[in-house]
Amino acid sequence: MGSQGGFGQSKEFLDLIKSIGEARSKAEEDRIVIREIETLKRRISEPDIPKRKMKEYIIRLLYVEMLGHDASFGYIHAVKMTHDDNLLSKRTGYLAVTLFLNDDHDLIILIVNTIQKDLKSDNYLVVCAALNAVCRLINEETIPAVLPLIVELLSHGKEAVRKKAVMALHSFYRKSPSSVSHLVSNFRKRLCDNDPGVMGATLCPLFDLINDDPNPYKDLVVSFVSILKQVAEHRLPKSYDYHQMPAPFVQIKLLKILALLGSGDKPSSEHMYTVIGDIIRKGDSSSNIGNAILYESIRTVSSIHSNAKLLEAAADVIAKFLKSDSHNLKYMGIDALGRLIKLSPLIAEQHQLAVIDCLEDPDDTLKRKTFELLYKMTKSSNVEVIVDRMIEYMISISDDHYKTYIASRCVELAEQFAPSNHWFIQTMNKVFEHAGDLVNIKVAHNLMRLIAEGFGEDDDAAYSQLRSSAVESYLRIIGEPKLPSVFLQVICWVLGEYGTADGKHSASYITGKLCDMAEAYSNDEIVKAYAITALTKIYAFEIAAGRKVDMLSECQSLVEELLASHSTDLQQRAYELQAVIGLDARAVEAILPHDASCEDIEVDKNLSFLNGYIQQSIESGAMPYISENERSGMVNTSNFRSHDQQESGQHGLRFEAYEVPKAPVPSKVTPVSLSSTTDLVPVPESLYARETQQISSVGLASDTGSSELKLRLDGVQKKWGKPTYSSPASSSNSTSQNPVNGVTKVDVATTINSKARDSYDSRKQQNEIDPEKQKLAASLFGGSTKTERRTSTSSKGPKASAADRPQDSKAASVPNKASGEKTNQVQQPPPQDLLDLGEPTVTAAPPAVDPFMQLEGLLDSSNSSAVTNSGGAVANAPDIMGLYRGTTSSEQSGGGGYNPASGDNLNLLSELSNAAAVRGTTGATIVSPLSPSVKGANAKDSLEKDAKVRQMGVTPTSQNPNLFRDLLG
Amino acid sequence: MIRAVLVMNTQGKPRLAKFYEFLPVEKQQEIIRNVFAVLCSRPEHVSNFVDAESFFGPDARLVYKHLATLYFVFIFDGSENELAMLDLIQVFVETLDKCFRNVCELDVVFNYSKMHTILDEIIFGGQVLETSSTEVMKAVEEISKLDAASSAINLVPKSVSSWRSR
Repeated sequence: MGSQGGFGQSKEFLDLIKSIGEARSKAEEDRIVIREIETLKRRISEPDIPKRKMKEYIIRLLYVEMLGHDASFGYIHAVKMTHDDNLLSKRTGYLAVTLFLNDDHDLIILIVNTIQKDLKSDNYLVVCAALNAVCRLINEETIPAVLPLIVELLSHGKEAVRKKAVMALHSFYRKSPSSVSHLVSNFRKRLCDNDPGVMGATLCPLFDLINDDPNPYKDLVVSFVSILKQVAEHRLPKSYDYHQMPAPFVQIKLLKILALLGSGDKPSSEHMYTVIGDIIRKGDSSSNIGNAILYESIRTVSSIHSNAKLLEAAADVIAKFLKSDSHNLKYMGIDALGRLIKLSPLIAEQHQLAVIDCLEDPDDTLKRKTFELLYKMTKSSNVEVIVDRMIEYMISISDDHYKTYIASRCVELAEQFAPSNHWFIQTMNKVFEHAGDLVNIKVAHNLMRLIAEGFGEDDDAAYSQLRSSAVESYLRIIGEPKLPSVFLQVICWVLGEYGTADGKHSASYITGKLCDMAEAYSNDEIVKAYAITALTKIYAFEIAAGRKVDMLSECQSLVEELLASHSTDLQQRAYELQAVIGLDARAVEAILPHDASCEDIEVDKNLSFLNGYIQQSIESGAMPYISENERSGMVNTSNFRSHDQQESGQHGLRFEAYEVPKAPVPSKVTPVSLSSTTDLVPVPESLYARETQQISSVGLASDTGSSELKLRLDGVQKKWGKPTYSSPASSSNSTSQNPVNGVTKVDVATTINSKARDSYDSRKQQNEIDPEKQKLAASLFGGSTKTERRTSTSSKGPKASAADRPQDSKAASVPNKASGEKTNQVQQPPPQDLLDLGEPTVTAAPPAVDPFMQLEGLLDSSNSSAVTNSGGAVANAPDIMGLYRGTTSSEQSGGGGYNPASGDNLNLLSELSNAAAVRGTTGATIVSPLSPSVKGANAKDSLEKDAKVRQMGVTPTSQNPNLFRDLLG
Repeated sequence: MIRAVLVMNTQGKPRLAKFYEFLPVEKQQEIIRNVFAVLCSRPEHVSNFVDAESFFGPDARLVYKHLATLYFVFIFDGSENELAMLDLIQVFVETLDKCFRNVCELDVVFNYSKMHTILDEIIFGGQVLETSSTEVMKAVEEISKLDAASSAINLVPKSVSSWRSR
């Protein structure tokens, strides 16, 4: 071995991996990999490389690319390797090209020919290798080149080839359904293949086909049902069993197919009831795969035409899932509950405490699934609690993707079920405050509209109360640092519109706040625009009310700053403000009437108020307006001032300077209708800007018009002179999350702790239940817990008050749980982790001497632990075994395809060990029934390997890199 | 359909990455980084499921298993069953264990092509092909036999046939 390192690779490769393993930083790793790439580049183009070496180079290339570096220089060598006659080189070549190349890569054309040749090969291993490549590398255009060959392979002698051919066809279907549409009958034919493996493979394409359109396959319902029945009844050969389950993956696929076929189809569904009922009834809820089948059955039940009996059975299974200690099962239970709740809304009630437990679980996945469930069961009676919870969670997370998602959920629920305006506004405030940058701008507009319009009730008092509560809340929030831009816009608008409306706050107070805001967020031009418009409105209202306007000094400086802004929009608004302040009360009231944001705006699109002016101009010799069509080819804009530019009607360049535009003469028509557009918020920004421009040029008197020109030049000069506002506007976004993050971590940690303590307490003192939880349950589920009460023995008498009920139900469910847990409180690894050997119990296992002795030992320990166990888990264990024995004997008599000679003894052992594993007491000690015989003898070997591994130092920090240190001690 | 199979160690170094739909190398790296970030932030004794939509597109779920120094990760869509995927990881690991006797991280690193051979026998084009580790072993052994025959000259491959004979 020596220089070869003992792993079948060269010393060089070992060194590479070792040095990468020891790299202390990403930069160091990159340096090593880049050096490796250079070596490979040099070596791989040398002439006459032996095949074996070449193979290793290709593997090294794959490794390099897996670490994220470009290995494209070697692609051609991988392609070349697929041409090799040696199967192993060929396989390596195919492996490399499937990992390297996309199906539209230029090099594919060089491979198609080889694939064609290989598909015809006599050696089925070559065919399999080619089929593997077919799935990945053949695209829509090249499908015809290999399709006939694949169809031929569907009747190949080897079932492995048939299986892969079916799946290759399936991959064609996914890439281009039309290319294989004429071959669908082949899938049906293969369903009757005499090899169950091929039949199972056929289910995959059929699932996709039925998913796209179930109708042509309704006739297969009976066949699917009978296949499922046979599989579930152990009619398949033993070799298809997985952990004593007959072909579970086939069962799951079949159940999925039945769910599609039975959806909304009563006659088809009726065929399925019996078999699904049987599967649920006989279901083995002690193994992971058994639960997978049970869960799939529930999904099917919830999808097909509903049947009361099945729903009941499904609800029982869900109850079992939710009561389980395994997070995986709880997750499945919550998911299943969400599916069933549409059909029987009452089902959630019996599980209310379990649901709340899941909501408070430290597991994020479970929490999110639970929110999904809550979202589905929201009604107006519980919307407050649910949305509050969602917001609480939203604040605590830092994952933007999910934050956006849950924020939109909150908004959706709040809009749909809000019990009161006040609550709605408070809720929206919270959403905006914490996820404002992530929600759609439309939501902000909706909120503003709601504050302006109310919910449509006529009560004026309620109106103003709503508004002033909004104003109050915003004045409170405004002091918070780093608010999102969208939220600030809403705040500015509301303060501008209603800040002084109820007379509680003086204009100078509100304007001061607005100026502070504009200053604090000076990078955000939109916020500044909203702020300055709000200022304009407040001053306008003051003037209209006949009060004297006393502009704060900070306001003045803000306006001055904006007058010189390089944003024309801000400039515009600042000038408007100045202009409004200069006007008398009557004019101001016409321009910015109080509380008119909801008034309909009549826009005179024909600009009829200009008719008089035009008439006048034409009379004095101006050219009449020529419509756009008539002026085809002319780029000139259709401005209503175009009468000033008659000359531009002639083509060609103009070299003389444009004349100073005449100030438009204000017409007699009052611009009231136009002016209120300033307050129309949902209008997009650009449109808004254009309109205000019109207003200022039309509506405001001529003095603004002329001064405008002069002052604008001013602004331009400033722009060149002192670039004050050029800092990027985005920085506030990213930083605003940071403090939230910090809080999150602490939060999670504490909840974990308190959670642990909580559950411990509740076990110790069964009767003392967290009143918080009860309250939550009552508010979520309405407090009725009929079903739970039925099961409880202690509380038979009807309780008087409704408030007592949740307590009862908790008392009923807790003893169940507690009795199970108390006895084996020490450690209870979840049963599905059969291979997870990190448990402390491992060390207790004696070092192997005789593998069978050891097996017995294992069985003993699990038996004895089973005795100490109490509660539900043990009660049904003997049942399972009994059931199992029954089935094995029946199979013997039925003459199934398995070997009776090897039978009882070995079977029983494996069964027992499995049952032990299932009980979850010493799951860690049992890997699989056959491992002791193999591993026990090789303890020394494994130790040697372990030593070598340490010496190699691939993972220097890890304690013991062995995955399976179970039997070593 | 299964979209990707990843094996990475607890320090985030990829040990095996197989994507069943083509993704550019940069995107693959990004996914590996994201998956690792999610996995190492998960507390112990929680569920083995993670929502993968944020980094793998809509309807993507992720099931993982943490064994010693390795994470085994399967990413798939709604047409698969989460619990069943967990068992598929089990099949994969069991097969590795049979193949490498007490499989450890080094085996995974050094037997890169063999890992792929095994995986290809379990998952084919994103669909579950075989779930019996015995059957998978049979297929892999047949390929390994050729390996042994062709490389008997100067190498002692760590194939199944060799340890069976000891």
